[in-house]
Amino acid sequence: MVDILITLAAILTGIAFLLALVRFIKGPSTFDRVIAFDVLTVVSITFIVLSALIEERGIYLDVALVYALLSFLGVIAIARYLEGRF
Amino acid sequence: MESLLDLLGGLLLVAGACFLFFGGLGVVRMPDLFNRIQAGAKTTTLGTLLILAGTAFLHPEWGLKLLLIGLFLLFTNPLSSQVLARAAHRVGVEKTSKTTIDMLAKDLGDKP
Repeated sequence: MVDILITLAAILTGIAFLLALVRFIKGPSTFDRVIAFDVLTVVSITFIVLSALIEERGIYLDVALVYALLSFLGVIAIARYLEGRF
Repeated sequence: MESLLDLLGGLLLVAGACFLFFGGLGVVRMPDLFNRIQAGAKTTTLGTLLILAGTAFLHPEWGLKLLLIGLFLLFTNPLSSQVLARAAHRVGVEKTSKTTIDMLAKDLGDKP
């Protein structure tokens, strides 16, 4: 029962990843692509946690921790660059 | 008792994944840049927190790391979306025609 629910959650997360990837590919402006990148990073953190749950390995949570700490820096750097001020 | 906790954790996982799915759908379907920022930031924050809570129900010994991930996510996700929205507003990205009020432009004294 729980395995079915975990698989359903993983499938829904994968669909969310693909939808954000659609916006990342066809976004009209650079800002749309940066938004899609932001969504992709958060969905990736969730996917790492789900894979730790499926593989039963708690060491994957460290990867998700470091990724949650560092992934927002890219978005902020691109936003400051597009703003024109450093 | 054990199976009740497992079932509750699984339901929380599916609820969080539903929020993530709606966030991805909003990023694709929304007509405007700022609407896309809103749909992308809020739903992914809530969905990821729900999935972390469900994982903590399934494996209670991972609770501290999951709490740390949720805390960092609560710090970083609104920060990045706010910086992005401010940059887009300063550059002057065009809004959709249904936007009727713009408090930031009124505060800055620019064009309405």
